Order: sequence, then C-alpha cells, then structure tokens
Amino acid sequence: MGNTVLEIENLRTSFSIKGKYYAAVDDVSLKIHENEVLAIVGESGCGKSALALSIIGLHDARVTKLEGQVNFKGQNLLNLSRARLNKIRGKDMGMIFQDPMTALNPLSTIGSQITEPMKYHLKLSQADMKKRTLELLRRVGIKNENRVYSQYPHELSGGMRQRVVIAVALACDPILLIADEPTTALDVTIQAQIMDLMKELQAQMKSGIVLITHDLGVVAEMADRVAVMYAGQIVELAGVNEMFKNPLHPYTRSLLSSIPSNMPDKGRLHVIQGIVPSLQNLDREGCRFAPRIPWIPQEDHEKDPVLHEVEPGHFVRCTCYKNFHLQTEESGVEKHVFTKS
Amino acid sequence: MSLLKVNDLKVHFPIRGGFFQRVVDHVRAADGVSFEIQPGETYGLVGESGCGKTTTGRAVIGLNKVTSGEILFEGKDLAKLRGKEKRLHTRDIQMIFQDPYSSLNVRKRVLDIVAEPLRNFERLSPDEEKKRVQALIERVGLNPESIYRYPHQFSGGQRQRIGIARALTLNPKLIVADEPVSALDVSVQAQVLNFMQDIQKEFNLSYLFISHDLGVIQHLCDRIGIMYRGRLVEEGLADEIYSNPKHLYTKRLISAIPEMDPALRLEKTHLRQAIDDEYRTGYDNYFDKDGRIFDLKKISDTHSVALP
Repeated sequence: MGNTVLEIENLRTSFSIKGKYYAAVDDVSLKIHENEVLAIVGESGCGKSALALSIIGLHDARVTKLEGQVNFKGQNLLNLSRARLNKIRGKDMGMIFQDPMTALNPLSTIGSQITEPMKYHLKLSQADMKKRTLELLRRVGIKNENRVYSQYPHELSGGMRQRVVIAVALACDPILLIADEPTTALDVTIQAQIMDLMKELQAQMKSGIVLITHDLGVVAEMADRVAVMYAGQIVELAGVNEMFKNPLHPYTRSLLSSIPSNMPDKGRLHVIQGIVPSLQNLDREGCRFAPRIPWIPQEDHEKDPVLHEVEPGHFVRCTCYKNFHLQTEESGVEKHVFTKS
Repeated sequence: MSLLKVNDLKVHFPIRGGFFQRVVDHVRAADGVSFEIQPGETYGLVGESGCGKTTTGRAVIGLNKVTSGEILFEGKDLAKLRGKEKRLHTRDIQMIFQDPYSSLNVRKRVLDIVAEPLRNFERLSPDEEKKRVQALIERVGLNPESIYRYPHQFSGGQRQRIGIARALTLNPKLIVADEPVSALDVSVQAQVLNFMQDIQKEFNLSYLFISHDLGVIQHLCDRIGIMYRGRLVEEGLADEIYSNPKHLYTKRLISAIPEMDPALRLEKTHLRQAIDDEYRTGYDNYFDKDGRIFDLKKISDTHSVALP
C-alpha cells in the first residue's frame, strides 16, 4: 500500500431537521491510500453520499454541521475557507458525478468544460490547454477527440458523456478521485465499459479513488477495499476478496444473499426484515442493525458497538456477528390466506 | 394453446418535421417481434434502453397503437377487438409499473387506488369493495387498516406492493411488469421479487417481465427474449441463454454483468475485450447490410437465434 492520501477521522455530518441536528454520517474514520480503490457500499439513506459530499465540501453549510477531521495534504479540509478549498477542489481532488445528463453544462462545449478547471488551477497557454484536453479525451477512450472537443453534451450518448465527466475530473491530475455512483445511470454494457475504463486509468495514475455505490457487483469488479455502511456507520471494512469470501457482519451477509445473481436456482432471496430507519427515528443506542435481526438475542450485541479487528485489515462492528445465522424462510411479509372471490 | 402469442408485432412512431409537420420518417421501436407466453410462465424481455422492450410491453396491454402484427390473447387479436369484447379481455391483463413514486396518484387514498379497477369493472357496494381491498392489502403484507392512508406515508417497497395489489384486484391472467424492481434497493428488491413468485403460484399468473437487469431476469424467468434495436436477437430457456449464448449481442450483454467474485475480475475484463474485438471484426455475420437483425432461426426445440 502506498502513502495515505486522505485520512478521515471521527467525521460526523449532521443535518438540521426542524431545528435539531441529526447525524447522517456518524463517527466515520477511514484512510485512503495512493493507488487504491476504496468502495463505500450501502443502501439509500445509509450516509454514503453524505460522506462523499462532506469530503469535497459540497454540503449546504446553513443546514449542515461537520465535526471531526478530513485530513488531505496536511490540512483539515473542514476548517478551510471556501477560497482555500477551491484551490484544492478540481485540482488535487476530482469528482465524478452519478448522472452525466445533469453533471455537464448544456450550454458550453465539451472542450471548454474540460479546460475550465485547467484555466483555474494550472498556468498553461491556450494551445497547451487544448493539447492537454485532446489528450485527456483520448485517454478516456473517445476516438474522434477533435470533433467531440467542439460538440455540446446533448450531441453525445450517455456513455460518452460519462467519459467526458471523467475527463473533467482528471483534468488537473488529481491525487484523489471521488466517484459517486459513476455507473448507476448507465446501461449494462456501457457500465461495463466505464468500469473497465476506470480500472485502466487507475492503473496508469497513482491516485486514490473513493467509489460510492449501492451495487455489490460494481464493488466486486473495481474495489481494493470495501467499507459497508449502515445507518451512518461503517459496519464492516475489509479487502475485497476477504469481504466476498468471508463476510461477517449480519448486514453484509444479508445484503449479499439478497442479490438475485447469487441465487440463480430460483430459490427464495433473503429479505432483511423491517425498514431502514429515518434519521429522526434512528435509535442511536446499541447495535443499529439489531432491530432488523430480532431473532438474535440481545446479549449477543455489544452495548456500545465498536469496530473489532478480527483479522489484519478486516474490521467488524458489534459482536452480534459471532453467533449470527440467516433466517431464510422469514420474508417479512406475513402470510395470509386470500380466497379468490 | 398459449396464453399470449405476439406475432410479428410492429410499433412505429412517426417523426414529424419540415413544412406542416409532415411525417418524414418512423422510429421503428418494435420491428417484427414474435414470442409466446404459456399459462403460469414467466417470460423475460431483456435489453438496453431504447431497444423497444417497454414499447412491446405497452403494446401488449394496449397503451401503444400497434402498427402491424397480431397480439393474440387466448386466441383473440387484442389489436382488432373493439368495444365490449376488448374491455372484457383487457381486464385479464394488468400492469406493474417501474417507479412506485410516480405510478400512484398522490391525492388518492390506498383504498381508492386499489379499488379503481374494481369500480371500472364490477358493481360492488362500498362495504364489499372495502372488504376486497382490505383482503388484497393484507395479502401484499400491509396492514389492512392502512387503506385510508396516502401513498406518501409508505416506503418504496410498500408502494410497489400497493401497485401490485392494484394489478391483482381483477384476478388477471397476465401481468406485464415493466422494470418493477429497478427503482428499489437490493433488500427491498428481494422482498418484491419473492412476493411476485408467491402470488404467481397462488393466482396461477403469467408474467411478461421487462427488465434491463440480467441478474433479476435469470433469477425469475423461465424463458428469455433478448431485444436489440426493436427486434429479438435470441430467445430460449433461461439456462440456455446464460450458459450458451449464441448471438454476439447476447454474449456482450452477458459479459457485461459484473463479476461477483473479485478473484475472477481480470478474466472478465479480458472476455469483454475479446467480445468487443469480435464486435468490430465479425459485425457482418450478425447484421445484414442495412444493419438490421436477421429473423430468428431455431437451433434447438427451445432456443432460437437471429443468424443468417
């Protein structure tokens, strides 16, 4: 593993709802190294996007409270002024957004959108910037780069647009890339192309990538390390092979067995009981996953669950994983007899 | 006799332009699609966005005008039926929509949403109606007391189950499910898929299941049709398609499924590259000189491929 690029320490991101603050990211600590893809997975509402936006500072400061530390290049990003932050964002830190339809400005050309961060951050001549832009377009797999340079976003397909979004993020050679659901809005074959492209680019560059996704398939294909999030906390953190071979936390195991491709023989899929609690209703005492595995006795849970290192590099929260078994036949949908009338 | 037989279905949408907005050309959204669904079977229609799978599904339920071809439901051509007879048949085909957030009227109570098909087709007293709706709501795993609530008071998975309850009210024979789980999280998706399997047995339903998610299709469907550019490129039993894809496009689609074993991911990347190369060199073997897909040819009793 290379040097640490980003170090998040005890980050807590709280949103104001009706005058009270509720933590969407609750005490998260992570390290991202050079040349590494760290995937953050979880379902909607688990805080994974809130975490990504906290790193890059895109939350609305009026309703968000950020505590803890996000250390990047020797400074805590949470304490920086907007002007200082803007010197880092787009230069050392790039972001790939989910939806290529909305991430690009429909009124300016592809060329000018890729040169924009260069104008701001790098001192280059016009000719150099154009040269660099064309080279970037080639690197992201666009073959007729001269034509695309002067085209507008609506003239490109979804996959091409996502390539352009990646080119914008790479414009100033960032050492950290944050990719928030980079393939979710794309078709399967295009998703495969973009995944392969990102792997290829990652092998060339030395930057660290934070990959936010809900798709465990994307994780298995791209990540080096995986952090699974539930209700604002990291519940399991491990290397990708370890995570898929030996998942430990009840949530990780439940999630993996609810995927149809893991159950091709038309058997019943695993269903997690109950629903993800909303921010206001979340019980912040004890194991947060406990209400969804009610068949596990209370004494198996820790009172104040912390991450345990069960093997080098493999962390699991709470002790409930030790005696955990999946309850396969309970679907959460009560069985009722319905008579045809 | 098959329950549904779609025969050379064509749905073309006009492109208007020029002087007086005349029709200048057509989008051939479905261009000669044929398949059959047997009673109790789940037929999966797979493809990427714009391939015509939704158009085909909507044509089956009568939401799109059919340009040519037949849609035979229990032997009767739905495209030609009119009036009373059409009404009688359309009640046997119901639809589950993709997005549970936009497919339920936000200003109606669950009772009114689920009872709407009943009110269209049957005369029931308010009491009987309420009983029927409550029984259905209970069957889909929601509290029968919740029929006076509004859609925004439910989660995504619960909403999708309300949508399913609405589709079930008239005891249909065929349900067209257009991407019913794409908008849901995996654990909720599992819940809805399990439930769809349960009611299939209980009500002896047939599904026309439209999806872009090959994992879901493989899990649920007996037979699969792969669509591309408005035509079927391959059709067969689920196992045949996944273990022995013949058409280049099918191969490409299947190789695009993310590999769930991290140890095998490099191989998967190489496989995709090999198929991409074949796409460039062997294109002419799979498409005719106008870029059109050939007609389906049988290669075994159950498996057919669009090859010259």
